Amino acid sequence: MSDGWRYMILGVRSGMAALCALSFGTINVWAADALTGTLKKIKETGTITLGHRESSVPFSYIDDKQQAVGYSMDICAKVVETLQKDLGLAKLDVRYNPVTSATRIPLMANDTIDMECGSTSNSLDRQKQVAFSTTIFLTANRFVSKKSSKVKVLSDLKAKTIVSTSGTTNIKQINELNSKNALGMTIIPAKDHAESFLMLETDRAVAFVMDDVVLAALAASSKTPDDYEISADALSIEPYGVMMRKDDAPFKAAVDGVINGLYKSGEINKIYAKWFESPIPPRGINMHLPMSAAFKRVVAKPTDSGDPAAYAGP
Amino acid sequence: MNYNWNWSAFLDATPEGNGTYLDTLIQGGVLTLWTALISFALAFVLGSIIGILRTLPGRRIGAFSVAYVELFRNIPLLMQMFLWYFVLPEALPADIGRWIKGLPDGSFYTAVICLGFYTSSRMAEQVRAGILALPPGQKAAGLALGLSRAQTYRYVLLPMAYRMILPPLTSEFLNNTKNTSVALTIGLLEITARARAMQEFSFQVFEAFAAATVFYLAINMISVQVMHIVERRLVVPGSMAGGK
Repeated sequence: MSDGWRYMILGVRSGMAALCALSFGTINVWAADALTGTLKKIKETGTITLGHRESSVPFSYIDDKQQAVGYSMDICAKVVETLQKDLGLAKLDVRYNPVTSATRIPLMANDTIDMECGSTSNSLDRQKQVAFSTTIFLTANRFVSKKSSKVKVLSDLKAKTIVSTSGTTNIKQINELNSKNALGMTIIPAKDHAESFLMLETDRAVAFVMDDVVLAALAASSKTPDDYEISADALSIEPYGVMMRKDDAPFKAAVDGVINGLYKSGEINKIYAKWFESPIPPRGINMHLPMSAAFKRVVAKPTDSGDPAAYAGP
Repeated sequence: MNYNWNWSAFLDATPEGNGTYLDTLIQGGVLTLWTALISFALAFVLGSIIGILRTLPGRRIGAFSVAYVELFRNIPLLMQMFLWYFVLPEALPADIGRWIKGLPDGSFYTAVICLGFYTSSRMAEQVRAGILALPPGQKAAGLALGLSRAQTYRYVLLPMAYRMILPPLTSEFLNNTKNTSVALTIGLLEITARARAMQEFSFQVFEAFAAATVFYLAINMISVQVMHIVERRLVVPGSMAGGK
């Protein structure tokens, strides 16, 4: 058989696998030779390797027992559970491999990790390199302020001094909004999140503009968590997804199937509440970050879009 | 490997709105060069002073110069960056500390000073080795001719010592250039930081770091060639230093 034929048949097989996965929402028990890509690798080696972050609280981080835990890790654990069942494996070895923002792409490309369970934003640019699962979280650019200063929406910040962290897309965005809407804000760039928060704490700035998850974590671990309030107004939105290798449709369909299942059964609410609305290890802080309206829409109607516009409200 | 090569990514605009990725890499490269050159000049001056001090008689001078070398040579460079950048402004009186923290391009000045001191400790050892490698008769002859100690160093010892240590100085220069990348941890947007930013936004990690690698290689190869020319120009015929 010529190589050309072999590739063609493989192509047809993977196409069929994708079709099956799509039509049934989940994969069934298949013989190893009918599988391709990551599913085949998992079935043959009996192992799956999850890439995790070390300090991306509460998505994926190392707790006081040196275990990788978090919201994304819990979702991946559900995926692993289902994969084991559907691949008919008596035993599936789960390996954990720490990754950083600099190592996640090479480790995924060279097959070291099979899924990255962290807090990686899905964007159209990045989709040229990797695939993303159904969106598992939406982070938004918001601001935190002291309740006493009574600023709720962007226009309340008119002519005020605000702070954001230098080198982030957040500060770029608030700068643009400032000039576009002629708000006349003074925007101080601070060198890191801790310094930005200190500016707010010491009243040098009335608001701190950043991703809401970061703000919630900073406020929760501050001396007086109850004094702070995160704006309801979202200036922009970024979707997070589980990262996988590109062009592996059957694997992506399997992962998406599990996540969509969690959304449909409502199990996601339990996982969400565990990490965002309850005390979490290691220090028992509570993020107090209820599910946003935008993410509720994703749960009702799952999507894997990397375009922020797809998450705008009706 | 399951990787999607895309060399044209360099021509895409960055989401930060500061031009294409290539533009930012070039800006980073220029900053790397400036940091490397200025810090090396500082290291050369400081290293020469300390290196000469180490060859002078006198216990106090000896103790001071040994302490200097060991302090800056034995603390990891990354740690030194943090100490200069985060700890020094806090240790100074509050007003001066605030003034330092408010400086524009603070990470650039910090990186230059930190690298300058770090490399100077290594340079001091080279200079000292160069002076000590000369036959002791040269120093004795200089002094016997009625030259002062300073004149002996200026006209007899240092000209030969510097020629002798040119090859290791070249290595120090290359090391110093590569060490500028550590400054990304204090927010200096040099070429490695730019490559990291590029891979962060575009996910084209290998292209980004390949560009940075080629940059370092090119700079260092040019430096080696320049130093070869300098060595050839400065050779003193018949001397042991550099003569072939």
